[in-house]
Amino acid sequence: MESSDNKKSKISRREFINSSVRFSIVLGIGAIGGRLLTRSHARQMVWQLDTSKCIQCGRCATNCVKTPSAVKCVHVYSMCGYCDLCGGYFRPETKELTTAAENQLCPTSAIRRKFVEDPFFQYDIDEKLCIGCGKCVKGCGAFGNGSLQLQVRHDLCDNCNECAIARDCPAGAFSRVSSDSPYLFSGFDSKKKG
Amino acid sequence: MKKTVAYTVLIFIISLQLYNSFAVQRFPKPEFESGYIQPPTSTPDPRSEAFAILDVVVLIATLSVVTWMVLKKRNRNGVFWISIFSIAYFGFFCEGCICAVGSVQNVTYALFNPVYSIPITVIAFFAIPIIFTVFFGRTFCAGVCPLGAIQDIFVLRPVTLKSWLLKVLGLIPFIYLGLSILYAATSTDFIICRYDPFVGFFRLNASFTMFMLGGIFLLLGVFIARPYCRFLCPYGVILNLVSRVSKKHLTITPAKCIQCKLCENSCPFGAIDKPVQVKEKEESHKAVRRIMLLTIIIPLLVLIGGYVGSRFHENLARVNHNVQLAQILLNPNNTQPDSFEVTAFKSSGKSTEEFFKETALIVNKFYIGGWILGGFLGLVFGLTLTSLSIFKYQEDYTPNKGTCLSCARCIDFCPVKEDER
Ligand code: SF4
Ligand code: SF4
Ligand code: SF4
Ligand code: SF4
Repeated sequence: MESSDNKKSKISRREFINSSVRFSIVLGIGAIGGRLLTRSHARQMVWQLDTSKCIQCGRCATNCVKTPSAVKCVHVYSMCGYCDLCGGYFRPETKELTTAAENQLCPTSAIRRKFVEDPFFQYDIDEKLCIGCGKCVKGCGAFGNGSLQLQVRHDLCDNCNECAIARDCPAGAFSRVSSDSPYLFSGFDSKKKG
Repeated sequence: MKKTVAYTVLIFIISLQLYNSFAVQRFPKPEFESGYIQPPTSTPDPRSEAFAILDVVVLIATLSVVTWMVLKKRNRNGVFWISIFSIAYFGFFCEGCICAVGSVQNVTYALFNPVYSIPITVIAFFAIPIIFTVFFGRTFCAGVCPLGAIQDIFVLRPVTLKSWLLKVLGLIPFIYLGLSILYAATSTDFIICRYDPFVGFFRLNASFTMFMLGGIFLLLGVFIARPYCRFLCPYGVILNLVSRVSKKHLTITPAKCIQCKLCENSCPFGAIDKPVQVKEKEESHKAVRRIMLLTIIIPLLVLIGGYVGSRFHENLARVNHNVQLAQILLNPNNTQPDSFEVTAFKSSGKSTEEFFKETALIVNKFYIGGWILGGFLGLVFGLTLTSLSIFKYQEDYTPNKGTCLSCARCIDFCPVKEDER
């Protein structure tokens, strides 16, 4: 009799300790959650690279968890000079400005050169072919207006919890940005789309 | 008046200059005569916000259903089918991100870096499974966590491991948790995400090594049930601790255990506590001695751990990118061309002194972190020793509330029927 009483009191004591610990856990989670909620964001955060920091190292092409990479070259047409001798399209040593593959900088021939009117050409990126290596971006930045820029394409990106390129980007160009302004073009019209 | 105008113009020009510092408009935009219309730059939108909300709704729904299956219906098949659903939804459809296991890092990162505004959905993925565990045990692990679920379907020929081995291997998750928190708090890396062995399967895309690692884990899991869950998962550590005080928990028997031993080996995770015979009552002076010993040993272990951890802080810090870069800048290797990191640093125009100062701050954080991490591990070690030396009396076969993953396999082994009153 006595021992069963003893057991009961032991059980109720344990249950009491348990429920207080339980209570403090819920309280703790609530406190952490509440504290974070004050500066949290209802919107998702997505990864984007800052074109003004990027040095076109080529890791965007290789380090993305997707193959081919979710980072692609994007043409900001409003900054383009429509040059005949395009620093992003042609290899620097090119003699003749023809669309022959050996003249092209892009390893996958992803850039399409289209005649507009003398002497201007429009350059379009075929995103299916582009691997995001940034060679053209480097060329355009060095010899042209810098209208070719690398960006994470959000229709392709998986939005990894930690972007695999971000942790290896030598320039620290990647950051989480709010999904309502998910592109970071640099240049004249980074505010308006165009 | 003139002055103001001049200033405004000046400021305007300067700001224009700053704005254009990267993109130099070497060639002005042509004025087209042929009525050419410039195409817009395409900016495809990210996944819609509605999906993020859907994820949380599905999380709560699957958790509720699993909990109901485990505690009320007591039905292993139900749990199995929910695991399949979780693999399909949280695994393949969401491609593995965001998961509760990784969210630990986001929460830590947000606590230590006020600039990071953590999405509410991530807080939800961190907190909701813990709240469920506090009340119902680790039902999240039973069939909602995609990492657990994919391992669970590979549990085919589980072998029983020695209990001392379980204890020793069970220490690894604490180390992993400590390291991942340290690296998230110092904004260094999210190591849980980097070394997640299964996310490659969910994305159907990963490096060869990660595929191999995932494959090894799954194959190993045929014999050693759920190796990641039991011997690595850092979130499992939290759930393990929380689950010990859970209000309700899965029970093997629906009524009263009759000690028939049928369930004894039914748990693939070795999570069933067996009855222990009443030992002769320990002499009281022995018990006192033991408690005295522990009160000395545990603080000592914490101190030693902290000291060792702080000794290693430079090794720990070496993972950090800035620390790596600072080391290269301090010992320049002139025979080789600059690495991309150095080139990027030089072109960023940051002063070296400033950068070294920042890096010193980071290293200091690692020093403090080393103490805390080491101390924490010392404490865990001490408490594990304690739990080995403490003798728990128990009559029935019960699931261990900490390590039981609530998979409900054992239920089918119990011959006792629910008393129908
Ligand atoms: S990894 Fe960084 S520096 Fe390299 S191409 Fe991508 S954004 Fe540019
Ligand atoms: S050069 Fe590289 S980045 Fe540019 S379009 Fe070709 S593949 Fe894409
Ligand atoms: S978040 Fe993932 S998918 Fe997107 S660019 Fe980075 S690595 Fe690629
Ligand atoms: S132990 Fe970790 S990986 Fe395994 S099911 Fe639980 S949370 Fe998921």
